[in-house]
Amino acid sequence: MSRRSSHLERQPRPAQWLAWSADGGVRVRTGKVEIGQGLHDALARIVADELDLDPSQVQVAAASTVSGPDEGVTSGSLSIQEAGAALRWVAAAVREAAREPAAERFGVPADALRFEAARWCSADGRKASIAELLPAAWYHRPLDAVPPRGMGQRRRWVGQALPRPRVIALAEGQARFIHDLRWPEQLEGRVLHPPRIGDRLGALELEAVRAMPGVRSVWRDGDLLGVLADDGVAADAASRRLASIASYQAGPPPPTTEPSLRMIDERVAEAAGPTVQASAGPIGAPTWTGTEVPTSTPTATATSCASASATMHPARATALRTLRAVYTKPWIAHASLAPSCALACWSGDRLQVWTHSQGIFNLRRDLALAFGLAVEAVEVQHVEGAGCYGHNGADDVAFDAAWLARQAGGRPVRVVWSRADEMTRAPLGPAMRVELEADLDADGLVCAWRHDVHSPGHSSRPGRSATPALLGSWQTAEPQARPAAIDVASAQGGGAERNAVPGYALPAWRVRAHRVDEGRRRSSALRALGALANVFAAESFVDELARLTGRDPLRWRLDHLAHDPRARAVLQAVADDGGWPPPRGAEGFGTGLAWARYKGTGAWCAVRAEVHAGATLQVRRLVVAADLGTVVDPDGAANQLEGGAIQATSWALLETVGFDDDRVTSDRWSAYPVLRFSQVPTVLVHLIPSSEPSVGAGEAPLGPTAAAIANALHDALGVRVRDLPLTPERIVAAMPG
Amino acid sequence: MTSLRVNGRVHEIDAPGGTRLLDVLREQCGLLGTREGCGAGECGACQVLLDGRPVASCDLPWAAVGSSAVTTVEGLGATPEGAAMRRAFVAEQAAQCGFCSSGLLVAATALLMRDPRPGDAHVRQALDGHLCRCGVHNRMLRAVQRAAADLAR
Repeated sequence: MSRRSSHLERQPRPAQWLAWSADGGVRVRTGKVEIGQGLHDALARIVADELDLDPSQVQVAAASTVSGPDEGVTSGSLSIQEAGAALRWVAAAVREAAREPAAERFGVPADALRFEAARWCSADGRKASIAELLPAAWYHRPLDAVPPRGMGQRRRWVGQALPRPRVIALAEGQARFIHDLRWPEQLEGRVLHPPRIGDRLGALELEAVRAMPGVRSVWRDGDLLGVLADDGVAADAASRRLASIASYQAGPPPPTTEPSLRMIDERVAEAAGPTVQASAGPIGAPTWTGTEVPTSTPTATATSCASASATMHPARATALRTLRAVYTKPWIAHASLAPSCALACWSGDRLQVWTHSQGIFNLRRDLALAFGLAVEAVEVQHVEGAGCYGHNGADDVAFDAAWLARQAGGRPVRVVWSRADEMTRAPLGPAMRVELEADLDADGLVCAWRHDVHSPGHSSRPGRSATPALLGSWQTAEPQARPAAIDVASAQGGGAERNAVPGYALPAWRVRAHRVDEGRRRSSALRALGALANVFAAESFVDELARLTGRDPLRWRLDHLAHDPRARAVLQAVADDGGWPPPRGAEGFGTGLAWARYKGTGAWCAVRAEVHAGATLQVRRLVVAADLGTVVDPDGAANQLEGGAIQATSWALLETVGFDDDRVTSDRWSAYPVLRFSQVPTVLVHLIPSSEPSVGAGEAPLGPTAAAIANALHDALGVRVRDLPLTPERIVAAMPG
Repeated sequence: MTSLRVNGRVHEIDAPGGTRLLDVLREQCGLLGTREGCGAGECGACQVLLDGRPVASCDLPWAAVGSSAVTTVEGLGATPEGAAMRRAFVAEQAAQCGFCSSGLLVAATALLMRDPRPGDAHVRQALDGHLCRCGVHNRMLRAVQRAAADLAR
């Protein structure tokens, strides 16, 4: 790690990151938020190692726009990589900056000093703390671009599995969430949003609701309705009454600039080598105009196509046949366990907001846009919410709280969404369609690979557009234009095309990402973004390819990974745990595997799935092997990998958002089943030992898990289901007549 | 009906009888460990014990509790099963965000009070009404077995 992270480049003054406490401990700040992933405990360990402190002496402050560094969004499995690297650098720089002053004070050579418990010590026992050695002004000067001496070499806490203090508080019922915040004079608010983007609220009489006990005021602003009440009970009752009398009509098309279902842009990436220009056939817009997800035809299996291959692939006359298959995934909900919640308070033209958003600086910018404020007039403070797997309703409810608090005469207002709001109003992970083709030569080897992905954009997060990306701001009497969902640049991980570029050594490949408009549905970032569908598709396709050409699926993969020993290692680890080829079980039992290097730049992760296909598809056991580089806490990393594997199992077997004319119908848990204790597989995790730079864990297993399950289903029954989720109906439909 | 027995203490309650037990616990008793996830008894986050039986506090009027003793997550440590469950929960690091943890700890404690050595299928069945979105299920299953083994010692 010889370069400073971009976060440190932008905020190079130590004072922005670190300060000493009176008790000899250190307080550090980060822009990355704690969302149950244990990040702040991990950051404390990194700092504790550089300063030779106990992790309990390192306090990590909750992210805040007032005092903390801007580290963008907490997403993409990048926090240890980015925030960890920045804090390691700062802590090491502080230590090393104090070395020379200590040497002078003691009158000994700098190299003769010993460092212990945030103090420099001389051989004769004199000690001086960093806090007393470095003047306050030092912390306000930019750090050198040269890596501090000895950075990352102390490893007392990094690499250890330690219990998180928060888990003890949880065990005793003492852990607090944003929902538990209470300010003096606080009012409770509820906000009703139209059921669909663009729907208009009809006329309604509010007097009866205003007269309800405990209700302070009821507000209408365009298509938004809000109630302020003394307590949650009164607010909920008024909100229910409002919902029962509100009527909505479909409005004009939503004010994005893009017509529905048109291809907006196309990204193409190609490998050097033989150019593959001609596509296999016309690829039109995806066909998800209706309420259903696009489904592939189960009979559209790989086809032989000798005559077409010459024109398709003029550079390689050896191509004999082309295999083609189409894979899909549906719209998936975040379905966080807690409904979104925020608090807001106005004092004059200043706005304070407490939020569980993943991007507090971006939220601040969009709140300023929405309310016509200078960015400096808005303060955003992060408070822990329930587990968060992407852009959910957290930012939207912050707008709701700020909007209602404007009517509260300076009192703080807490707004909490209902379960139905959480399921129907929050952004969703979009449906995708992936078309794969491989040209094979006479030996069955791939000579060209084509991957086309069709999807709405995967990010409509705040902070990136000329207008606010906040639901309520599009629904007031003076609505702001809704920004279209986009994909971030491929170099930053992309969106729809994430993990579409093959990880295998192939003579030629082409990847195209076709972005389509999301229409009235809300599309945004959900854990792993496009990687779920792309890895599910590519790793299913590889299995199909291997079997059709008479090769073992593991062998095929290893043969195409000669260039990537870390990929081979994770695959070999899951193959070895249980044996490969898998021992033949009884009828209905099957085993599959899959792998990916997340984003092509992150963690290497392979998954082995063992299933039983009876009346339903049951995943019995998952083995996850990951190479995460340097692991800060092996148990914390395992927890993230296990969680990702279980969430992916839930997606693969069960989850689909229901729509009726673009209205979300899956508005409660019983309408949106997720994996339960009775259905959860055993998950075993292997971490490949490594001292390479850290890469994030949380999103790496999602795609490989889904693909491994589909491959195991094929192994069990000989049927290939290319559409997620792998429901009993689809399995039956895929069976030979 | 003006009082409610929670975690061995009697609380004077000033709320209509139809108010949900969940709201009374959080707003009147100041016990914020019981959490609202869905408000419809479908997720288990709000579970508490009534005389040792697990119930959803989000769809139960507080007046219906009558003279029964309510135990919330804060009060679990008073029984050997609850105390063992807490220790095991920490030992297994059976949480990520922890929003579901209170309900799970309550349900697991109730199970151990009924059945001190439950089999795996029995544990899964007892926890099946509890949703967890972060995926700590296996850790929770291990925590219950660890607590059971601890109690048997």
